[in-house]
Amino acid sequence: MQRRTLLTTAAMGLGLSMVGRAAFAQDKLKVGFIYVGPIGDGGWTFQHDQGRLALEAALGDKIETVYQESVPEGADSERVLTQMALSGCKIIFTTSFGYMDATNAVAAKFPDVMFEHATGFKRDSANVSTYNARFYEGRAVMGTIAGRMTKSNKIGYIGSFPIPEVIQGINSSFIHAKKVNPDVSISVVWAYTWFDPAKEADAAKALIEQGVDVILAHTDSTAVLAEAAKTPGVIGFGQASDMAEYKPSPRVSSIIDNWGPYYIERVQALLDGTYAQKDTWAGIGGGEVKIGEITDAVPAEVKAEAEALAASIADGSYHPFTGPLNKQDGSVWLAEGERADDGTLSGLNFYVEGIVGDIPK
Amino acid sequence: MDLSAINPAVLVASLMMAAVPIILAAIGELVVEKSGVLNLGVEGMMIIGAVCGFVVAVKTGSPFVGFLGGAAGGAGLSLIFALLTQVLLANQVATGLALTLFGLGLSSLLGQGFNGIKPPATGKVPMGPLADIPGVGPVLFQHNLGVYLSIAVIAAVWWGLKYSRMGLILRAVGENHDAAHALGYKVVRIRIAAILFGGAMAGLGGAYISLVRVPQWTDGITAGAGWIALAIVVFASWRPWRVLIGAYLFGGITVLQLNLQVANVPIPVEYLSMAPYLITILVLVIMSSGRGRAAAAPAALGQNFHASR
Repeated sequence: MQRRTLLTTAAMGLGLSMVGRAAFAQDKLKVGFIYVGPIGDGGWTFQHDQGRLALEAALGDKIETVYQESVPEGADSERVLTQMALSGCKIIFTTSFGYMDATNAVAAKFPDVMFEHATGFKRDSANVSTYNARFYEGRAVMGTIAGRMTKSNKIGYIGSFPIPEVIQGINSSFIHAKKVNPDVSISVVWAYTWFDPAKEADAAKALIEQGVDVILAHTDSTAVLAEAAKTPGVIGFGQASDMAEYKPSPRVSSIIDNWGPYYIERVQALLDGTYAQKDTWAGIGGGEVKIGEITDAVPAEVKAEAEALAASIADGSYHPFTGPLNKQDGSVWLAEGERADDGTLSGLNFYVEGIVGDIPK
Repeated sequence: MDLSAINPAVLVASLMMAAVPIILAAIGELVVEKSGVLNLGVEGMMIIGAVCGFVVAVKTGSPFVGFLGGAAGGAGLSLIFALLTQVLLANQVATGLALTLFGLGLSSLLGQGFNGIKPPATGKVPMGPLADIPGVGPVLFQHNLGVYLSIAVIAAVWWGLKYSRMGLILRAVGENHDAAHALGYKVVRIRIAAILFGGAMAGLGGAYISLVRVPQWTDGITAGAGWIALAIVVFASWRPWRVLIGAYLFGGITVLQLNLQVANVPIPVEYLSMAPYLITILVLVIMSSGRGRAAAAPAALGQNFHASR
């Protein structure tokens, strides 16, 4: 939290000035992170912080990291970013979609500071890079398990906000569940929050009450799994982090975000002077998305099928959005064998055929 | 759109569960305000109760002891408020707000190392064959202790305030502390007792969130429930049973809107999400807009008392 970061910085400054080595602090590259939830969420923010710790472990005394937790998306984040830039951060990672406009606005004012925005698509000035992971590749694997495991043929998806990243996840889960189980239907609940354990649990409860027995969540906490654990026969998946404490059931597998290597690569590049603006979007193949252990709650043949799918995505022989695929209204999106291009995916704003309901505008 | 998938009995049962933390915190705050003290630190006391309850339950392995720990934690934090406002005569509004901020920070500190741990499960109260009655069974006889406790507390507070001598004294202190003092009642002591009760109830509500409703510990887990509790006390015009109605309404629409989403009802999600707040406020405003509205608030609410004469 703000107070903690402030104290650490203050204590550090005091300690350094006392031994008269203030100049030394200038030599270290200061790296900033802003998080949308608390590090203790056990999911999304936790994984970003793991990445930050990996960065510290790898580059040691050449860098110094500062972070701030639970920064609201919107105007508040702009203040926090400005503060970080003014306090001497040379590179700042903004780790949620909702920081997109704030990141670009602040970046325009600080051309010497590099900004890295996670999951966004706007790069208005030369010092803004974006990075993302192909979560939908993991969703394809989870969707396959979901389609095989559901007994009621109803799977549920708890969405955070109707943004392309989440819509990719819904579509990918549904396509692959449907592929192995033609009778499957998907119910989507929008929580309108990334992190609110009570609300996430309520959403899971509503889904379970209506007969859903496999739940996929696109929010940040472990509350969905905690809720699923209350009803025997309901399963779910770790999201963003492994969430291993809910093994072997309800958590039967997980999508793990692995940000460490990217953070190390980018900061190293800045240290070496080879840093350049770019847009990174890696998936299972690039190691940014990992599939957590599939537990024994899943039959061996389903496990093998899921692992084979993950392997074929990793080596590039299969793309989760491969035609023939129709849009929700029945019009053709992808012809037989055609693969979705990244441009369409990063702006995805429609459901595929078979999903009921509208995407909130 | 498939409304038949929504089972009314299950819906009522889950709204009763969803409303428990708000009921407990609101009824505690109602007693505090009836004694003439405005404690805006409900959110802070709730989250301290949530973390204390969670830590104690994990350490002892008993959810029951955990609830006691949560109540003790909430009461402990409210003791700071009591000391500042009743003994040192600090401003109640400012102290209450500070209490919330302090509680949020302290809970984050106390909760370090408890993220992602599963607490011991809180069982349902065994009701034997009653639980299997169709319709009525799931609604009335399949809950955990918290649900019954919340209703019992409402009834007890209602009876206590209305019929007992203790309740009469408490109300006297809240309406006119000088008169109560002149009659020989220990105004400060009574108020401190009320504040402690309010703190314990808020702590219990918080512990219910972290032990039953979610159940886990994460920073900021109460997510504003304390503020809702505060608002419900005002809109319920300081009457215990209206607190119950307000909390069930809020809990009910919260649960219903998610069910409506699952059932694909063609109402934009944004409207459904704001519905609990809008409808609860609207209904309570209508309920409290009749006669006697002005007289509803305790006359000495928020005023500090010092026995100068």
